[in-house]
Amino acid sequence: MITVVDYGMGNLRNVRRAFESLGEEVVISASPEVIERASALILPGVGAFGEAVKRIDALGIRRAMLEHVAAERPLLGICLGMQLLFEESEESPGARGLGLLHGVVRRLGPGLHVPHIGWNDVVPVRPSPLFPAEGGVFYFVHSYYAPASEWTVATTEYGIRYAAAVQQENVYGVQFHPEKSQQTGLGMLRRVIAVMGSHQSTPANEPA
Amino acid sequence: MLRKRILPCLDVRDGKVVKGVNFVGLKEMGDPAAHARFYNDEGADELVILDITASHEKRKSLMHVIEAVADSIFIPLTVGGGVRTADDVREMLNAGADRVSLNTAAVKRPEVLTESAERFGTQCVVAAIDARRRPGDAGWEVYIYGGRQPTGRDALEWAKEVEQRGAGEILLTSMDRDGTQIGYDIDLLHAVSTSVTIPVIASGGAGVLQHFADALTTGGASAVLAASLFHAREMSIAELKSFLRNKGVPVR
Repeated sequence: MITVVDYGMGNLRNVRRAFESLGEEVVISASPEVIERASALILPGVGAFGEAVKRIDALGIRRAMLEHVAAERPLLGICLGMQLLFEESEESPGARGLGLLHGVVRRLGPGLHVPHIGWNDVVPVRPSPLFPAEGGVFYFVHSYYAPASEWTVATTEYGIRYAAAVQQENVYGVQFHPEKSQQTGLGMLRRVIAVMGSHQSTPANEPA
Repeated sequence: MLRKRILPCLDVRDGKVVKGVNFVGLKEMGDPAAHARFYNDEGADELVILDITASHEKRKSLMHVIEAVADSIFIPLTVGGGVRTADDVREMLNAGADRVSLNTAAVKRPEVLTESAERFGTQCVVAAIDARRRPGDAGWEVYIYGGRQPTGRDALEWAKEVEQRGAGEILLTSMDRDGTQIGYDIDLLHAVSTSVTIPVIASGGAGVLQHFADALTTGGASAVLAASLFHAREMSIAELKSFLRNKGVPVR
């Protein structure tokens, strides 16, 4: 079972439907208790970094997500959700991300059409359970990016080569939208389900 | 490499796909969800739904059409027609749209672009511009209410303004070419795409394969939109992509 964090930023319906089409049960929740106990968490999101941070803190779910990760259970951030794994973003100076990964999210360009909208190559730079060795073509829509770093497991090129996917232990992130990337995306989500299952040797705390 | 996008557009009225010539003479062409499934499977890069009579009849698009279409596809969905406020944008996003296009409402109250961009991000906000060539090489004029009302505004100036106000993309329709199948207005496309830094979707006039290539190369468009050509199965997306690939245009 996968729990999708509902903090009012973006299209949860489509994320849910993509997982459900693969036979996975999905819970959508904004409850700190549910989020902390979830066996696997998805942090989706579209919109502005600062607004997302504000909503996460207003709902009081920051600590729940950090506890979830500290308990070695898997978390996957999608698009803005991946950017929120970092410390901060040029989009919203002063807004504090989850800080699970070191680094600052930056703005694309200049000299490019921004947002970066459309299908682009995702090239694995080290083996990752999220992708086949040859990578794939996935759908992107974003104006900010995480620079390539030690967390990067796959890159994309748009003006520069940046992080299309990141991973540090049980923390995963993808800048693109697997739920919008047709068969290639569903293939990746099938891998996500398997990866999330593999982390679940640590049982979730059941309520007393 | 970022691919150029092919976007089938479902012009919807009363829950059915329709297509007009020069914005009038609508003809029914079937169930939106059935078209959507077909295009998803055929390799369309995104799908667009425009409720073309929404502004005119002062009503909102049918949410159940959006839901039915969104539930039929795993590619991005842009929806427009009758969107007036940021709350309307929210409603469409909740129904399953990934991006929402604003046209008449943005001309009448441009702040709605900024308000929507601040709430949902610029990548959610598409400015749809219907432009008609002015007589005597005097540029293009913006029309609203589904092409029924001239605004006196210059299309290039308006394109720059929508970018500055927070639109993340422009859906640019040549009213002169819409439904004619004689080709996109390449001059209009080139003028707009070189005036802004957000992506531009070409719309109106596609008839043969070369028209798409012209819009994506000479015209500078990031994406091409067509409706009846695809719905009538006169051209398949696979055929179009194969043509573009051979011309050196990057497609998925």
